[in-house]
Amino acid sequence: MFGTIFDIVHFAIHDGPGIRQTIFFKGCPLSCWWCHNPESRSSDIKLVDREETMDGFKLSDKETIGMRYSIDGVMTEINKDIVFFEESGGGVTLSGGEPLQQHEFALELLKECRKLEIHTCVDTTGNLSSDILSNIASYTDLFLYDLKHIDDAQHIKYTGVSNKQILNNLKMLDEMKKDVWIRFPLIPGINDDESDFLRLMEFLSKLKNDHPISLLPYHKIGSQKYNRYGIEYKMNGISEPDSDYIFQIKSMFTNAGFATSVGG
Amino acid sequence: MNERITRLREKSQSAIPQISAERALLVTEFYKSDLCQQVSVPMRRALAFDHILNNKSICIVDDELIVGERGPKPKSVPTYPEINLHSLEDLEILHSRPKVWFKSSDEVRKAYKDIVIPFWTGKTNREKIFNNLDRNWIDAYEAGVFTEFQEQRAPGHTVLGPKMFKTGFMELIQQIRIGISNLDFFNDEDAYNKREELKAMEVSANAIINFAYRNAGELELLAQSETDEDRKIELMKMASICRNVPANAPQTFHEALQHYWFIHIGVITEVNPWDSFNPGRLDQHLYPFYCKEIDEGTLTIEGAIELLESFWVKFNNHPAPPKIGVTAKESSTYTDFSLINLGGVKADGSDAVNELTYIILDVIEEMRLLQPSSMVQVSKKSPNRFLKRTARIVKTGFGQPSIFNTDAIIQQLLYQGKSLEDARNGGASGCVETGAFGTESYILTGYFNLVKIFELAMHNGVDPLTGKKVGLSTGDMSKFDSFDQILDAMAKQVKYFVDIKVKGTNIIDRIFAENLPVPFLSLLIDDCISSGTDYNNGGARYNTSYIQGVGLGSLTDILTSIKYNVFDEKNVSFGELLKATISNFKDHIELRNNLVNHTPKYGNDNDYADEQATSIFNIFLDAVDGRPNTKGGHFRINMLPTTSHVYFGSVTGATPDGRLAHKPLSEGISPFQGADRKGPSAVIKSASKIDHLKTGGTLLNQKFTPALLEDEKGLDSLVSLIRAYFRMDGHHIQFNVVTAKQLREAQKHPENHKDLIVRVAGYSDYFNDLGDELQEEIIRRSEHKEY
Repeated sequence: MFGTIFDIVHFAIHDGPGIRQTIFFKGCPLSCWWCHNPESRSSDIKLVDREETMDGFKLSDKETIGMRYSIDGVMTEINKDIVFFEESGGGVTLSGGEPLQQHEFALELLKECRKLEIHTCVDTTGNLSSDILSNIASYTDLFLYDLKHIDDAQHIKYTGVSNKQILNNLKMLDEMKKDVWIRFPLIPGINDDESDFLRLMEFLSKLKNDHPISLLPYHKIGSQKYNRYGIEYKMNGISEPDSDYIFQIKSMFTNAGFATSVGG
Repeated sequence: MNERITRLREKSQSAIPQISAERALLVTEFYKSDLCQQVSVPMRRALAFDHILNNKSICIVDDELIVGERGPKPKSVPTYPEINLHSLEDLEILHSRPKVWFKSSDEVRKAYKDIVIPFWTGKTNREKIFNNLDRNWIDAYEAGVFTEFQEQRAPGHTVLGPKMFKTGFMELIQQIRIGISNLDFFNDEDAYNKREELKAMEVSANAIINFAYRNAGELELLAQSETDEDRKIELMKMASICRNVPANAPQTFHEALQHYWFIHIGVITEVNPWDSFNPGRLDQHLYPFYCKEIDEGTLTIEGAIELLESFWVKFNNHPAPPKIGVTAKESSTYTDFSLINLGGVKADGSDAVNELTYIILDVIEEMRLLQPSSMVQVSKKSPNRFLKRTARIVKTGFGQPSIFNTDAIIQQLLYQGKSLEDARNGGASGCVETGAFGTESYILTGYFNLVKIFELAMHNGVDPLTGKKVGLSTGDMSKFDSFDQILDAMAKQVKYFVDIKVKGTNIIDRIFAENLPVPFLSLLIDDCISSGTDYNNGGARYNTSYIQGVGLGSLTDILTSIKYNVFDEKNVSFGELLKATISNFKDHIELRNNLVNHTPKYGNDNDYADEQATSIFNIFLDAVDGRPNTKGGHFRINMLPTTSHVYFGSVTGATPDGRLAHKPLSEGISPFQGADRKGPSAVIKSASKIDHLKTGGTLLNQKFTPALLEDEKGLDSLVSLIRAYFRMDGHHIQFNVVTAKQLREAQKHPENHKDLIVRVAGYSDYFNDLGDELQEEIIRRSEHKEY
């Protein structure tokens, strides 16, 4: 069995508890306007041109976006970092893209990690069938669960898909009493309307268990990639939220009784 | 920081480093005397020491609480012409060089011209050393294969143990007298030598007591004319302290600090030892005084902090003695490597971190001075609070305190044959060097340029930069059919140069033992008194000679590149690769790009590359480890560069890893600048693959962007990273928390960044004081940031 992975990051410190190794799966059913890994949307392995500079000379080269890995191949990388997981209470995070678009490969990795007593975390859009997710859930210690917009029409506009399945899946994980951290990208002018926040909080308050919320303020770090990989960038004119504003939104959630943090 | 300390600190920071001829003139005067000719060598040295301390000027700085200056005033640095004589040209170079300069007045130059130079020419220890070394030693030294620590400075490199914080010099004199009366002139053929050595120790002990009395006298005079009542009382108190210590064992916190400081001044006046001297485990030594006085109500926490900070300023007043030539290149800094140790374990093995440890950490953060250097010893028993408090200081970006693994240090010392208790009382000094405090002489003998040696092997023993045959003929590498043959040739060259170095050190050690004994230092280190033997002659309980390997990361990448590109992937022949390095990659841009960007590198937790690091490490270890020295001890290795990786790079041509000619090598066991691309955890994994426990210290530096440590999660992750490294037996790690952008800005506008401090390699320094090449080297180091 092979998976298509576009990056493996060691010493990831904002993708769950402790020091983590984050495995970025390639391919995503959503196409969020603000995505900072647009090269991860397509599930194909691509060869792109790249220019290198050496001693002032320009050299052309090819860069592969994405790589095929066997389970053993990924586990070799994971095994390298066990000492850091143990010292920090960290582990492995599957992210993407949408890791569960390759759910069979993801499930095998999660099982292998469990054998090795490694803490696992799945960072998901939640946009997949409930059966698959519930199967994955039995081998996952923690979900980082993305909620991008509470309004379905807006969700479709900005991500390309409906949020119905996503919200239902979150309810299911909640019923299963899974540990879930909600991740909410804070995008000025797109998902920060006050009435939408109220609706979101109403939805969350109906869940049976408390789930901490992380606000992920929009940043432009990924914007250059759109150009490099020839993908249309729709976020021109949208600026990064300032710290006062972020604090204001955070307070709103905190005051409503949600444990809220900023950043991963 | 209170107002007094602010004034003292400012005064120290703005003092101008300059040469004082005072000591040179006094030592010359003594050596011209009839007395000098009539006594044994140890007595000569002790009487010279006494002559200097009895006649040098006494300096009491306004406001200060701890007294005693080596020169006539702060940063006024004496010279040691009996060891190394500066010519007028040297004085001019020191005066006018752009970095690490020392001003010298016309008066100093006149004294040198008329008195010091005429007397000492032809008589210095440095000349003796160079006259006694073999031609092949000189050739290797001139080619930049190794450096020599003892050519301009005396051996020292030791640290005070717990004993001297409980002992006064009067008590030592009693021990000496008993020792002399017990000498057996009938059966012990060394009885005379021991008597002379012990007599010399007694003279030296009296000399330091008298020096304290002279300071007391000056303080009493100042008190008489002082109009401020508070300061008058303070001066009287300081005078009475100087009449008690170091003659007697200290009774108070203040006395303990003053006691040590007189000892420190004694050690760095007797000779110019490398490193200067070091109080060692300061939080442990001072803790009993602190507890007693806090309980009795005679000391407040604020009072303790003020005394510690006044003590800190004293270190800062004392730059390293002026260095010239190769010595200046290998250690281009004012820092004199006095490394305060905190934490660790007690002699009984329990956790040693205490309340005073945290107070001293506050002092380190508040003072933000280069001197003294500071470090924390982290054992598996240390609380996380200790490490996290340290991380918060590291985050402020001045590279202190550096972070050490106590459990590894203990195992290193046990491996070398120390007792468990002596090992637990040990720590690290200088940059990262392991030692048993109070019981060991552990001399650094010189840096060892592993990359240059490989360059010589690539050219069959000939130095391509000069055309001179310096190494062995180990064969034409382009004709080798296997990679193992390359490693073999390297092992032979390393063995050859280690032999040369060891022989040289064994000669130099005898020259010091016979001509420059150090009876004062011998008072401080066990078992010199009880054996009646000088520190420089094997009197210490343990005697280690270290050779410091440099360029592990670079050489790993070079060997990996040859294995990968020549033997495994067959991208290029060895002959073509060699040709490209000779041309400094001119017209080989594409090849260089492949070597730099598409070849496995050390520092990425990639076994293919890291395997070569262990190969080289073991070759070096096997050639050195356990060889006897002339003092009853052994040669060992450690891996640190100070600034020698810049000098060694400058004498080494382009290399098969794609490094251009004359550029710096990697430092310590860190990856080559910019070669580590998988984050700090991968670096730590690579660095853990060598056997740290068989060394006397390794040095690993990492550069973090401030953003990575911005929040608590970042700090916690740093703590975990360090714990993980230490669990894998890593010895030391330190961090620069700064961005390349900030450093570039500081290069453009040095006037706006006078306070910018960076970690170099085993010490911190002002960015402005670093040479251009070293500034560039630090900027090129990989910057770990969030992805």
